[in-house]
Amino acid sequence: MIDRSKKYANPYLSGFLLGIILLATFYITGRGLGASGAVKSTVVAAVNAVSHTHADNSAYYSKFISDDHHPMSNWLVFEVLGVLAGAFLSGAIAGRLKLKVEHGPRITYKSRLVWAGVGGVLFGFGSQLGRGCTSGAALSGMANLSLAGFLAMLTIFGGGYLFAYFFRKLWLS
Amino acid sequence: MTGPLIPMGVIGQGWDLVIALLIGIAFGFVLESAGFSSSRKLAGVFYGYDFTVLRVFFTAAITAMVGLLYFGYMGWIDLSAIYINQTYLWAVLAGGVIMGLGFITGGYCPGTSLTGVAIGKIDAMVFTGGMFIGILFFSEAFSLFESLYYGHYLGPVKVYEVLGISSGLFAMLLIIVAIAAFIITAWLQKRIVKVEK
Repeated sequence: MIDRSKKYANPYLSGFLLGIILLATFYITGRGLGASGAVKSTVVAAVNAVSHTHADNSAYYSKFISDDHHPMSNWLVFEVLGVLAGAFLSGAIAGRLKLKVEHGPRITYKSRLVWAGVGGVLFGFGSQLGRGCTSGAALSGMANLSLAGFLAMLTIFGGGYLFAYFFRKLWLS
Repeated sequence: MTGPLIPMGVIGQGWDLVIALLIGIAFGFVLESAGFSSSRKLAGVFYGYDFTVLRVFFTAAITAMVGLLYFGYMGWIDLSAIYINQTYLWAVLAGGVIMGLGFITGGYCPGTSLTGVAIGKIDAMVFTGGMFIGILFFSEAFSLFESLYYGHYLGPVKVYEVLGISSGLFAMLLIIVAIAAFIITAWLQKRIVKVEK
């Protein structure tokens, strides 16, 4: 664990660069970064394609559909495509491209995959209720000094600490 | 040029998506190179064996926050044209705790899971698949959560207004808290690594 982490960039330098990227995003677009919003746009676009009537009648989907604007041609969707490309590039340079399941020493890869799925469902659900995830609600919301941003940060990480004890077998040796 | 550039019409709307792609590439590159494509590294912040998340996250938030305040002070950006997250109190509190539970069980958050997907982490792909299901479920069952979703609306309020202090003082206090957290966690990590050995 310790030896592997040496290949990663210095966390304070990474944080500074991430902050500059976030500042540039605000300066150029007037909004922060995001991630879960792109997944939501994809879900909205898919549901709208399957049944436009259903999407139009839903109090939630209809918030994100307008006639002149396809839900996929969304800023965040392109940003997230960039995230995939940028992460792939970094992984390629560092020699980290490899198909694998990463799991704690006390669980099998199967239980890791089950819990990863459970976590994804919960995070996806929570990001819609909380109006954004760690990127859009917490990080960007803290940078613009919104109360919502600080509350999102405190509850996401606070929630993690609150439940950490019960899931220690997933991560600790 | 006074920002934000696109809302002010300095950069045309057509460039919007090109810029989104370029910013995304930089975002993804920095996240992956910091180690955020590894769920075990991310989960470390909750057990004290790796504080990378805290260091990167806090440094980034403070850099951008101070930068925005400085740009606003210098007149380089019109801060009133910046999007401020709306506070719906019950929704953000409940949503945040559910996301926390998702973080500790899944080992990722949405953005970091995408960096894991990009380098071939199968657990990250499953997490991302789960996100689609969670979002679909929320959307389909929205009427059940609608009152929670809109409950206790406070508007686009700023954290320093609620605390009754100036933005500059709040920024300074946050920087002090961050530096204290960096020092304490560096000390903690040394002790915890020793115990684990």
